[in-house]
Amino acid sequence: MKKRVLVACGTGIATSTVVNEAVESMCEDNNVEAEVIQCKISDIPAYEDSAHLLITTTVTKKDYPFPVINARSFLTGIGTEETKAEILEALKQ
Amino acid sequence: MSDLYLDETLILDDLDDTTNESVLRTLATNLYKRKFVKESYIQAIIDREEQYATGLPTKGTSVAIPHTDKEHVIQKSLSIGILKEPVDFGIMGEEKETTSVDIVFMLAMDDEHSQLAMLQRLMKIFQDEEQLLFLKNTKDKKKMVSVLKDALALSYQGGETT
Repeated sequence: MKKRVLVACGTGIATSTVVNEAVESMCEDNNVEAEVIQCKISDIPAYEDSAHLLITTTVTKKDYPFPVINARSFLTGIGTEETKAEILEALKQ
Repeated sequence: MSDLYLDETLILDDLDDTTNESVLRTLATNLYKRKFVKESYIQAIIDREEQYATGLPTKGTSVAIPHTDKEHVIQKSLSIGILKEPVDFGIMGEEKETTSVDIVFMLAMDDEHSQLAMLQRLMKIFQDEEQLLFLKNTKDKKKMVSVLKDALALSYQGGETT
């Protein structure tokens, strides 16, 4: 089944744009089929029933029924490989 | 698609602000006075930072990338603030942790996706310790503008003063 991945930041215009691209190319490189959706953190409730994973650069204040991964490393270059491994692991579930 | 605007008037150095709110106000007010953003941008960027912190610890000097919703923006632009003494910003994605920031990259952005390449290049700068140190220490704004424009691949039209 194709996984639905949300990529979210506070505004949905800056950091999520960079992370969105990184996640898409990472899925492609690893032959993972995923639908990547870029959104604002406030848009997430609309996807709560259908998403499999949330990748975000901001603080998430509530519990979601799917795993949440912090993607700051895609912006700073510190710990990128670890984050990628974490995402791939979550998508394999 | 219009280019992101940057010139020497949007680079403020030796800032002696001591809180992140004060730095944000200084930079945003300058953008407003120069008609790059609406007056509402000033409070919007302060509120946004409070809600979603934008401090990023890097291998070199920590940076912050404050930005807010597009309805407050008139002309896509980038403003840089170099602090005399580092100021604490919340770390992006962390509840309470802060980082001592030396350089603030304030983004006035409009639509999604259109700035992907520029943003990716900006993140490359954050991963380049030497470039960050240069930006932090140089007093030559003209050189800074040209280094940043090269690094971000911005067009020189309208941005260059000579």
